Amino acid sequence: MSANPTTQAAPSSVADEDAVRKAIGSISRPPKASALSAALTFGWRGMLKVKHVPEQLLDVTITPVMFVVMFTYLFGGAISGSTGTYRDYILPGILVMSVLFTTVYSGVALNTDLTKGVVDRVRSLPIWRPAPLVGSLLGDSVRYLLAGTVIIVVGVVHGYRPGAGIGGVVAALALVVIFAFGLSWVFTTLGLLLRSPSAVMNAGFMGIFPLTFLSNVFVDPKTLPAGLQDFVDVNPISILATASRGLMEGNADGGDIVIVLAIAAVLTAVFAPLTTRLYRKG
Amino acid sequence: MTTQSPLAIEATGLVKSFGETRAVDGVDLSVRSGSVYGVLGPNGAGKTTTIRMLATLIRPDAGSARVLGHDIVKDADAVRGAVSLTGQLASVDEDLTGRENLILLGRLLGLKRPAAKDRAAELLEAFGLSEAAGRLVKNYSGGMRRRLDIAASIVVTPQLMFLDEPTTGLDPRSRNQVWGIIRALVAEGTTILLCTQYLEEADQLADRIAVIDHGKVIAEGTPSQLKASVGSGALHVRLLDPEQRPDAEQILDRELGAVTLEPDPAALSAACADADRAAEAVAELSRAGVRIAGFSLAQPSLDEVFLALTGHPAVVEHPDALEEEAA
Repeated sequence: MSANPTTQAAPSSVADEDAVRKAIGSISRPPKASALSAALTFGWRGMLKVKHVPEQLLDVTITPVMFVVMFTYLFGGAISGSTGTYRDYILPGILVMSVLFTTVYSGVALNTDLTKGVVDRVRSLPIWRPAPLVGSLLGDSVRYLLAGTVIIVVGVVHGYRPGAGIGGVVAALALVVIFAFGLSWVFTTLGLLLRSPSAVMNAGFMGIFPLTFLSNVFVDPKTLPAGLQDFVDVNPISILATASRGLMEGNADGGDIVIVLAIAAVLTAVFAPLTTRLYRKG
Repeated sequence: MTTQSPLAIEATGLVKSFGETRAVDGVDLSVRSGSVYGVLGPNGAGKTTTIRMLATLIRPDAGSARVLGHDIVKDADAVRGAVSLTGQLASVDEDLTGRENLILLGRLLGLKRPAAKDRAAELLEAFGLSEAAGRLVKNYSGGMRRRLDIAASIVVTPQLMFLDEPTTGLDPRSRNQVWGIIRALVAEGTTILLCTQYLEEADQLADRIAVIDHGKVIAEGTPSQLKASVGSGALHVRLLDPEQRPDAEQILDRELGAVTLEPDPAALSAACADADRAAEAVAELSRAGVRIAGFSLAQPSLDEVFLALTGHPAVVEHPDALEEEAA
């Protein structure tokens, strides 16, 4: 069967000089876009990418979803005595993991723009210089929120009932997204320093993967050997996971939350200017 | 804002090094407003680096330049507000549709959302991309992508446009379309700085050409001046019988002088600008019994210009990947 639907039509009309001339002459330069409008436009671009390339979001969401299900039913009984107890322990942790994995993609996306020449065009526009970075990360934050929501929904489907209710979940999600925003500046810096998107991906996961496992995301550090336990205790990911658990259960330690916010602020203060400078230099 | 200087670009002594390599080594350029200025050179000659400095993407290590009257370092924002760059890579977002790409740029350039949408539709229509407007750019052919790229550069019409190898890798049909677009831009008064490694392209489009090699401008002038600088044309003759070449050489040397034996053992050429004298020389050959397979009188090509100026031929890669239009 040689069914040939719509594509074989006559070669589509090509650029004709008169129409091009008319299009060139028909516009006058508008006033410059405001900083906010430029940043939001980049955020909008990020949203469009979620729509057109949903695989990217799926990639980083499916693994955590699998972890929730597998760990809960496979190891739950062995680790915590019951699947229910372990599920309640691991869910806020996997929420953290899922969102932090997504941050690596901020660096990957920026590097892709760099290698494809998009950055050159953006840099030759008369816009507020940090707009592309700030805007993209704002867009990415929506992505982080989506990734986090998926995990919580999966948890609820499997019987998770957070003690602090919706309010606690929202607060935990917000905290995780704020931390992720700070952390993504590290990966955008990496994204501007490394040569290819896959190099950024590898380096990013090489860092984030062990850090996530060497935290209290999966197991209570009490059973760990002393040296390792010390490391796990100071690992920011542990602190973030503990704070999220606290918020979701309604027994959060204010100190943990402050530490998490402080780390996010420091990461932003160091890596945001660094990213901006590297971006400007091109 | 618009400084009506007769010169759109004035660059003096631009230098840019990357590590040990001096990519651009003291480039001077003067580009008249409203003209197409060709920067011609092989890969790695420093064309892209020059363009990137003028488009304010990188800072020169030394030297200075004014683009549309604005200093490219001190007044980079003003430059950015009046120029646009179409880089060597089609710098459009592959994960968005053609329409979305244009709307995005319209918004970034300050158009309100409805205006940006209208502008996108108008450009897509003018560039023959209406049918593909809703498709992701990663599914576009090379020619379509390049047209979208140029459309993206004129969402707001720039006073000056940098085009870096706009037809590299395109099939002949797409190349002709791009040339048509460039002519239309010029007709509307946009100044164009065109980098190319295709001699024919510079010859076709540019009013003046700077030949650049190893980061230096080695010749500058109109296409015809450059051709004239390596002498006039040549009469090329191909013989039926290579054995007769010494006879032919003798005759042509007497008639025209400056005979060159070509690599082909049956071919030779002699410097000659005058068609009458060439005809006379050919007649003389046939009177002497030299059998001729063919002859031609050719103006020097820019290839020859390049060879004469640099001592090495320009690397002209023929686009091996001919992309199908609207696959």
